[in-house]
Amino acid sequence: MLGWEFPPHISGGLGTACFGLTQGLATHGVKVLFVMPKARGDEDARFVDILGANQVVLEESIQLPRKTVVEERVEEGADLIEREIEVPVVLDTSDEQGQRLQRSFELLEVDSLLRPYSTEREYVVRLIERETAFPRPQGATVATKTIKLRRRIPWRRLVSSEREVDQEPLKRRRMLEFSGGYGAHLMDEVARYALAVEEIARRHEFDVIHAHDWMSVPAGLAAARVSKKPLVIHVHACEHDRSGEKVNREVKAIEQLGLDGAHRIVCVSHYTAGQLRRHYKLDDKKVRVVHNALTQKEQKERVKVEKAIDDPIVLFLGRVTFQKGPDYFLEAASRVIRVRPRVKFVIAGSGDMLSSMIERAARMGLARNVHFTGFLQGEDVERMYAMADVYVMPSVSEPFGISPLEAMALDTPVILSRQSGVSEILRNALKVDFWDVQDMANKILALLAYPALQEQLTDEGREEVRAMRWEHPAGLVRDVYTELVGAR
Amino acid sequence: MTDVVFYFQVHQPFRLRRYTFFDIAVEDRYFDDSENKRILQRVAERCYLPMNKLILELIEKHKGEFRVSYSLSGTVLDQMELWAPEALESFQTLAATGYAEILGETSHHSLSSLTDLSEFEGQITTHADRIETLFGKRPTTFRNTELVIDEKIASLVERLGFTALLGEGADHLLGWRNAHHVYRPEGCTKLDLLLRDYPRADDIAFRYSNKTWDQWPLTAEKFARWIHEAGPEDAFVGLFMDYETFGEHQWKETGIFDFFAGIPAAVLAQKRFRFRTPADVAAEHEAVGRLAIPRPVSWADAERDVSAWLGNPMQRAANEALYAIHPQVLELAAAGDKRLLEHWRRLSTSDHLYYMCTKHFSDGEVHKYFSPYASPHDAFIAFMNVLDDLDRRVKQATTSVRAHPEKQS
Repeated sequence: MLGWEFPPHISGGLGTACFGLTQGLATHGVKVLFVMPKARGDEDARFVDILGANQVVLEESIQLPRKTVVEERVEEGADLIEREIEVPVVLDTSDEQGQRLQRSFELLEVDSLLRPYSTEREYVVRLIERETAFPRPQGATVATKTIKLRRRIPWRRLVSSEREVDQEPLKRRRMLEFSGGYGAHLMDEVARYALAVEEIARRHEFDVIHAHDWMSVPAGLAAARVSKKPLVIHVHACEHDRSGEKVNREVKAIEQLGLDGAHRIVCVSHYTAGQLRRHYKLDDKKVRVVHNALTQKEQKERVKVEKAIDDPIVLFLGRVTFQKGPDYFLEAASRVIRVRPRVKFVIAGSGDMLSSMIERAARMGLARNVHFTGFLQGEDVERMYAMADVYVMPSVSEPFGISPLEAMALDTPVILSRQSGVSEILRNALKVDFWDVQDMANKILALLAYPALQEQLTDEGREEVRAMRWEHPAGLVRDVYTELVGAR
Repeated sequence: MTDVVFYFQVHQPFRLRRYTFFDIAVEDRYFDDSENKRILQRVAERCYLPMNKLILELIEKHKGEFRVSYSLSGTVLDQMELWAPEALESFQTLAATGYAEILGETSHHSLSSLTDLSEFEGQITTHADRIETLFGKRPTTFRNTELVIDEKIASLVERLGFTALLGEGADHLLGWRNAHHVYRPEGCTKLDLLLRDYPRADDIAFRYSNKTWDQWPLTAEKFARWIHEAGPEDAFVGLFMDYETFGEHQWKETGIFDFFAGIPAAVLAQKRFRFRTPADVAAEHEAVGRLAIPRPVSWADAERDVSAWLGNPMQRAANEALYAIHPQVLELAAAGDKRLLEHWRRLSTSDHLYYMCTKHFSDGEVHKYFSPYASPHDAFIAFMNVLDDLDRRVKQATTSVRAHPEKQS
């Protein structure tokens, strides 16, 4: 089984669902090897073998590209320089004839090495020639004569050249680095995860590969390729659920590859299956719907909370983003307040719509009724649920949505959007279409007005939530495995 | 002789509008007239009219050897008068043959017998008057809503002059005894109790079109063979069921009409058997023994109790809230304002409580099929909102009656 996270290191519902599922599968006698990007060693491994992709030693033979080599060498040589030069003819005045001749004319000599059109090099050559080869004879210069001069001048220089060469494939053993989160380099990490999983698939024996959400899709496909075993893709949310209209094309493309390559596609709700049908190419015959359940840890005992205010509290708890429908909650609030002015509406959470929600509440004249708590975590979440008289989940799009179950486990009655996966299985909750704010307000008012309705929903709801154990959905997943293995 | 007794229940409730909290004190139309009309006309067309025609033919063909009985709730009578008078006429035609007995029940198909016996009595009398007016004969056999019986109910029914009472042949009621005999409820001196043979009745009502049933397909001959299995001492076989079984719950395409058309001849093929009405059976057979009915027994669900209507907190709260305003409603009616009583009584129809039922799994499917609501909670909300408004109107009217009593009389 390939998943991105596993308790205790979780940032969303995915890790919890993976844990619950493996726990349930264990009761059905299914042995699970759970591979996650980064195992820290403190994962809850009571029901599974946990393997971190970061622990896998990869023996790689990496074909490197052809390399450009720069070669340098020293070249030596000499230039042969030939010159015809004029040299002075010196009159020998040591004898009498010479002295007579000297008197008969006068020769003026300007000593210069300069010549027209000469280069510097030629000048230097001349200088050398004069000072070394031709010591001036004594005596008066009477004429010049041309002589031929040959001389070798040696040189040395450094020469570099480039050429492409094949490299030896690189053999190495290494372990990949993973953050295990959802950070900036998620796409790289997804690719590295696939690399590690491919290796794991070579080394382990198994019958089915089960990959959760798009991050595990490349890994699942790689494992299926090397092992030739059937692949189950488990869709907890698709890109259209996460991002609404601003879809990441790269992620969507990976999801589509998964849907194409999977032998079975398990969706967490009919709602999600519908989303896939609407936005992707999907072979309906491969689709199975298996709803999530609650792990024992999520089935908390009731928290006793002293409520300091008398006014009833209606709660929104979740990310304050378009997808979660906080604006519909405000609209319903304003309708409720017209009928019952003393009702408190609490928006707990943060998100990109928080400031606009605060402004909007003020504009609508609801500032005294609507309270914003910001982001809550840990026990505060439970206390908030327990304090509330009504929990509303007005989501515009919710593949599953575990929060109503948490509220119900704490005896808080729930109103939830029909545009959610969880509404398909929950019986003891009031359901509304998220856009029908009149109906939402009607149901909030009914819950506040009729104690029997609260009693009904909490009494039977508690039992219902308790019965939502992972054994049942895990059995359905096991059936999917059996179907796949049997077909081979 | 063993008598085969067909009794068909004919009932439609006044379903509520999607009445929200915001309608309270604003909107005084509680009932969804267009939906009620649509359903009534559909049922009349698919069931009442074709089935009445068929039964009339069978009665004429068998010259008194084929008989049936009906119980029509006051609400379905209202609806037929409003939206399908030809259907009401066809029932009157059947009654006029003398071979279709019309039974007594509560005027509004209520469960008042479980909460308020004086209201129960009031609804029985109102209904008996109306049946007498419409069909020319005062009913002598009583069937309570959903076949709910217990000893108190039986005693009251006896006191009101009925000679026969219909009930469910529940296993826990009968024990080792046979549903094919006439019994006398504990506490009664002359009332005859006729019980339903639920396996045989449900063969038609529930299983007839079920293709996964090992006896499918059911033919008139096969069914008659099962009827003929009744022992020679058996007084009757009670085949009690909803009339909508024919053409509505089981569509015409299943062959249900042809199946039914074949039953009289197939059953009568053995001379020991004949068709009779409950009143006939009560007149001709003596009770074989007493039957203790300490707790209410109904014909619903696997439990055969009243948990389908009063089993959960919502249902009990709704029922309690309804009867809490009953005295004031009666007071107003006595002072001349009967409109609110009619509204109240329409709310007393058992269907409203049935829609709030949260029993799921095997029975829940049946409940869901009959409910106009998406969930039992939605049913409760609409009902309570309406009741809230009715409560306000009752209080307003009471105040004005007390202030100006002369205006109301």
